[in-house]
Amino acid sequence: MKSAEAVFVKTGMQRKNSIQKMSFILVGIVLGALFLFPILILILNSFKNQKGIFLNVLGFPDAKTFTPDNYPKAFESLNYMLSFMNSLVITAISTVLILMVSAMAAWVLVRYKTKISSAIFIMFAASMLVPFQCVMLPLVSMGSALHMINRVGLVIMYIGFGTSMSIIMFHGFIKNIPEELEEAATIDGCNSVQLFFIILVPMLKTIMITVTILNIMWIWNDFLLPSLIINKPGWQTLPLKTYLFFGQFSKRWDLASAGLMLCIVPIVIFYLFCQKYIVKGVTDGAIK
Amino acid sequence: MRKSKTRFWLFLSPALAAFGLIVLIPTLMGFWYAFTDWNGISETAKFVGVRNFVAIFGDQSFLHAFGFTALFALCAVILVNVVGFALALLVTQKFPGATALRGVFFMPNLIGGLLLGFTWQFIFTSIFTAIGKVAGWKFMEGWLSTPQTGFGGLLILTVWQLSGYMMIIYIAQLQQIQDSVKEAARIDGAKGGSMLFHITLPLMMPAFTIGLFMTISNSFKMFDQNLALTAGGPYRSTEMLALNIYNSAFAENSLGIAQAKAITFLIVVAAVGITQLMLTKRREVEM
Repeated sequence: MKSAEAVFVKTGMQRKNSIQKMSFILVGIVLGALFLFPILILILNSFKNQKGIFLNVLGFPDAKTFTPDNYPKAFESLNYMLSFMNSLVITAISTVLILMVSAMAAWVLVRYKTKISSAIFIMFAASMLVPFQCVMLPLVSMGSALHMINRVGLVIMYIGFGTSMSIIMFHGFIKNIPEELEEAATIDGCNSVQLFFIILVPMLKTIMITVTILNIMWIWNDFLLPSLIINKPGWQTLPLKTYLFFGQFSKRWDLASAGLMLCIVPIVIFYLFCQKYIVKGVTDGAIK
Repeated sequence: MRKSKTRFWLFLSPALAAFGLIVLIPTLMGFWYAFTDWNGISETAKFVGVRNFVAIFGDQSFLHAFGFTALFALCAVILVNVVGFALALLVTQKFPGATALRGVFFMPNLIGGLLLGFTWQFIFTSIFTAIGKVAGWKFMEGWLSTPQTGFGGLLILTVWQLSGYMMIIYIAQLQQIQDSVKEAARIDGAKGGSMLFHITLPLMMPAFTIGLFMTISNSFKMFDQNLALTAGGPYRSTEMLALNIYNSAFAENSLGIAQAKAITFLIVVAAVGITQLMLTKRREVEM
């Protein structure tokens, strides 16, 4: 026994380390629970009927208050499949087009070292300071004059708003790609379009992923712009439909909590699958 | 090697056209409209000089929103960055579950402002009240029904949403501080507190520059969360600048006034942002 004890007796240093580790774990659990609490309590209540929420909002649902019916009801009220697809199509098309026009623009802005080139780059960068509220009213008035108050108009607006940040990101990346390869390809007879698509684009893979993630994150969740531009019931995106849904069912937290979960779940799934790229995207996006 | 001008303009034109049409022209139009009596209904807008700007500085709702937003931004910037940095320090320690925790802290950031606002509306109005009743804490009851709890609610939501984002930025910087620097400091006798204040914090300045800039800009421009959580209530007492501009445009139809507010807003955001960048840039040290 004595020898076994000796093995388990730790030196002061080790004991201090393990106490430290335990306290980190403890603090981590408390903070993690605090961060997850709003979502967890929302899930809990999405499975209760109205009476269950009224009588016992903190506890688990019991036999009398449990119901799975909130989900199909909220699904229907949100017109979920249609709203989801509207959001998906608008986000996907806008993101692809932003990627293309921004990469093209960033490439020539890096490779042409003229005064006009750097002036245009500064203009894109400076526009990031302009709050949306400055542009909002003239944009809507101009948009209705140009028949842009529809989904196509919305995509064009996303391209206009999305290019600045994307160009800055691509610019920073392309700057570090040596030009020799493009020069050699030019001598071999590549034209501009071939140079861009065959030589440059394959080298942009990592930055493409980052820019894609950053654009998806804001376009998918965007509410204000579509609320001003989309005016037909069948065209509404998920955030827009959520807002109207809340106007309709305010204080009906049974349906509302299920509706919120229906909107949060796809985002969490997307996050779990792309966590690595999202974290990288956020870090790169901030440092640039 | 000679490069053709055609290629330059060819590749630039799609981005430039979209940007010009959607951002540049409306911004310039916006500056013009701020000096007119534009109401969105009549065809023409008459030039009225600085009348709109004089009017907004007599507009109580605007002045209140201005003060509210400034105070909110100040509190949010401090809290978000302190919490974000503390979280970064925690999850960069070696203990089981540290990586999973990073994921948890960052997650709220991906959920849109509208969804967060509604979720927290539920937490503050139903859950807080219930906890308050169970525990006998009076201060947990009636949240969002007074200006103070509305302010506190917005602040809690923002810290919950943004501190994970700042954590990610601070982790990246913490990992860049070389172990050799820390080792050298340790040999020179630096311990816990003095290590943090004399070694880690100064070397973190580049990340603080970015973190502060992003939180200032985010809290000044906040709209979705404000709309979904309090909608400016009670009685417009928690209305922030972006929502105030929105309301003068769409609830009061004074588009010229709204535009003058927006231009003032732009100047304030740009001035505060640039001042902060200059102040913190000066304190950055080379590694």
